[in-house]
This record gives sequence, C-alpha cells and structure tokens, in this order.
Amino acid sequence: METSLVLKIAYAALSLFIAFNYGILLGATMYRIRARVQGRLGIRLFQPYLDIIKNNAKRTSISHGIMFYLGPIFRITGGVGTFLFIPMIYGSVVFSNFSFAGDVLLVLYFIFFGQLGMALGAGEGGHPYSAIGVSRGLAQMTAFEVPFTLAIIALAVQYNTLSITEIIAAQQGGILSWSLFTNPAATVAALIAFLGMNMGNPFSVVTAPQEIPIGPPVEYHSNYLGLLQTNRSIFTAAKLILFMNLFFGGATNLLVMIIKTFFIYMITVIIGVAFPRFRVEQSIRFFLVVPTLIGLVGLVIALW
Amino acid sequence: MSTDINKEDTQTQGGQPSGDQQESIRQVVEAMGEYPGAADASDPQLFCEARPKVEKPFRGVFEKFLNWARANSLWVLGFGTGCGAIELRPLMTSRFDASRFGVAGRATPRQSSVFIIGGYASVKTLKRIVRSYEQMQNPKFVIALGSCTINGGMYWDSYNTINRIDQYIPVDVYITGCMPRPEAILAGFVKLQELIKAGRGEKANEYAEHFDWYKANQKKVIKDWDMPDYNW
Repeated sequence: METSLVLKIAYAALSLFIAFNYGILLGATMYRIRARVQGRLGIRLFQPYLDIIKNNAKRTSISHGIMFYLGPIFRITGGVGTFLFIPMIYGSVVFSNFSFAGDVLLVLYFIFFGQLGMALGAGEGGHPYSAIGVSRGLAQMTAFEVPFTLAIIALAVQYNTLSITEIIAAQQGGILSWSLFTNPAATVAALIAFLGMNMGNPFSVVTAPQEIPIGPPVEYHSNYLGLLQTNRSIFTAAKLILFMNLFFGGATNLLVMIIKTFFIYMITVIIGVAFPRFRVEQSIRFFLVVPTLIGLVGLVIALW
Repeated sequence: MSTDINKEDTQTQGGQPSGDQQESIRQVVEAMGEYPGAADASDPQLFCEARPKVEKPFRGVFEKFLNWARANSLWVLGFGTGCGAIELRPLMTSRFDASRFGVAGRATPRQSSVFIIGGYASVKTLKRIVRSYEQMQNPKFVIALGSCTINGGMYWDSYNTINRIDQYIPVDVYITGCMPRPEAILAGFVKLQELIKAGRGEKANEYAEHFDWYKANQKKVIKDWDMPDYNW
C-alpha cells in the first residue's frame, strides 16, 4: 500500500529527530575518545545540548545583512536536505525518508549546497578571517569533491543505478558483497574524501581555532551559531548513513546502523589523532593526486 | 620622547590629568601622527558602535533552566591580556582538563561568554579589552585573574597600566594570586557557575545600566581611541 504524504512527512520528522540526537551523542562520544587519547576526561556526554541551548538563549545578536542571516539557514537546509533523501534503514517504511530513483545525484548536490550558502553568508559578515576561511574551505571542498564524485560514479557504473536503495539492495547477501570488497579502490577514495568532508585532523585547517580563528563562522554567534551546531550533528549523521549505505551494505535495523556508523566515524578519529594538520595547499595537492588516482582505479574496477 | 609624559602620568595616577598635562599629551599624540583608524571610529564619544541595552532576563523556572545551561557551557575568549594567560594553557590540557566543567576556548568574542582578564592591563590593552567585551553578546561574564587586576599588584605605580579593572568593565569573579595556579582558576570557574545558577550573572546588564560611568572611567585613561573602525 502506498504510504500517504502526511504519514511520510511524519516518518521523516521522526528519523530526523533520531538522526539529530544520534549525531550529537556520537559527536560527544568521539570527543571523549579523542580526549582519552590525550589523557583527559573530556566533555560530558550531554555537553553539546547545553552548548546549543546556551547559544540559543543569548539575549542579543547582531545581523550584518540579509545574506548573513540566510547563511545558517542555507547550511541547515543543506544538512536536512542531505538527510531527507538518504534511506536510513534499508527495507523500512518508517526510515526510508524520501529516497527515489535518482537520489545519489541530489545528495551529491545537497552536500555542497550548505557550504556554498554558508560561504555567501559568512562573506557578508565582512570579517577578514571569514573571507580567508571561506576561500580555504571552498578550495578544499572542490579538491575532495573530485575523488568523492569518482567513487560515486564508480558505484553507479558498477551497480548500474543512481538510487541509493538499489545500491544497498545490490550489496545484500553477506559481507563480501559490500562495495568495500567488490570495489575497495572506490571505497578508499571516498573515505579519504570523507576525512576532508568531516574536516577532521589532517584536513582541519578550515575551521581550526588555532589557525584562522574558527574559520568561516567567525562572526556567527547566538542563535545563528545554535543553528549551525544543530546542523553539524544532523549533517554528520547524514554523511555517516550515506557512507554506510554506499560502501558498507546499509543497515536493516537501528542497532546495525549505530554499530556501522560508529566504526565509520572511528576511522576519522583514529586518523585524526595520529596525524598533524595539512596546510590548505598541501591538502589540495594531496586530494587531487592520491585519492583521485585511487578513485580512477575504482572506476576501472567498476568497468572491468 | 615619552619620558616626561611618563613622569606626569605617574603623578596623576587614577585621576584626571591637569590642563597642562593634557596639552602636553595632546602634543605628543600629534607628534606621533594620527593613527589611520582614529578618524573613522564609529562613535568617538562612546568608543563603540552603539549604546548597549539592558536585556531583561526571563522569570521563574525557565530562566533557571537557561542559567543552568549557561553555567555549564562557558566559552572562554582566547585573548591573553597579560601574563596570566600562560596559566590558561595547562588549564585546557590533560593535567587540569577544564572541559570537564563545560569550559571551552573560543577564538572570537562574538561566540564567547567568558572573558578572562589575564593579569595587568596596560592602557593599550584596555582599549582592546573594552572593544572585545562590547563585541561579546549578553549574557557575558568576566573573570579577573591575579592581583594586578584587583589593585594593580606589582604594577600599581606603573605609568601605563590601570589598577582596578572593575572601574572599566564589570567583573563577576576575582581570582587572587600572582599568578593563580590552574587549580585556583578552576575554583574560580566553579564559583562563576554558582553565581550564574543563582541568577547573579547579570553584569552585562549592569554595564548597560551604568554605561556612562564606565565610559567616563575609560576616558580618564584612554586618551586616544585609535582603534580601527568596525568594517563588519
């Protein structure tokens, strides 16, 4: 029976709520793990909730113009939009969101939509540091987009589809049918791009407080910042679920999803605590050579 | 060049310089040449963009809940205004780990809620302190570190440092010592959390209320507001 639109929206709101909370708790857990590596205890598990509440409870805020106002809104549109077109649980009516035949393309677009909107908004903030942060962020984004898109093309060729649900369906039937094993090169290229997308440690120059303070959101405060933090957790969850769906066989229930996404996130944490930070020109050169070549190998494997 | 001025300033510590002194200060400033930003300051009378307003807190349980969140999410402005800033580094690293208390560093005044005055404040730094404090969003809290912020400490008769920081911006918590160790700073953070939870962290409103008094004090020591204009 076809699910009615109202019910679908209610289901999507439910999965969005779950993804938001999961993203927040996962982020805090990873922060605590990183802190343990550094010999600290780290933040409390519910600390990100407090930060969001505190930022939204600030009594004053300053606007620098319409685009400045719209920046965080574009950002959260990008995050929510990405999430809404990714099926969260394979085969579940409740958690399938609005996935359709060409959702991979739309998700590719939505991942970068938010950053572009943010770039415009931060630009109107007028702070010199946000302009530098934006130029660094967009340069790095353009660079990691190449291996990521190559990996997606490789999968589309391999499974002959542009639908995430069909890509998951093709990976069912045991661990060895995951894209991780059927096309390891594409997976590695995409995971390296994922490091850049998460702005975790080797590629953290854009938003690192020690470099150019905070990067693009340097002028964002109060409830603007609360919105950006909300987006961060949704977007993190959306990206993790996307990678799980594309390369690690998807999930048939929430527990499997949590386990798989936890370990995918752990990859960025392990690499992040082990490696120092690239400068932006180094990371661009790296993205355009190593993962891009690996992505091309993945495309060859897919065409084989 | 400035030795004479130094002597005169020392003599008039804490008070308004006399007419002759003002004249000689003016001459020296002119001889040094106008700073490029001096003419563009948004409002030379106020030293800032706009007069801050008193923002009334909510009432009852809701405000208590918000205060609890504020108390447990203290973002510190990473602006080392004096030698005390050296004590803030071990505070964040593994030995003292202030993030357990919800304390985090923030590199921009717009996003931070706690301003730590790390020791002595020279007049030149005071301008930056005032500008940074005014860029922070209400509610905001100030922790003053070390004896230099309380009575001048070992710099009490210095020609270019101010003695009491609470004449220029309102202070929530003082931490004594020269220098206070990170344990003392952690104790100060806990004290600040208690104050906020009790609803007594309203110094930003106090600053707005007594704005003229604070500005008058600031103008007593800051003779040339040569800060660059806001370009954002």
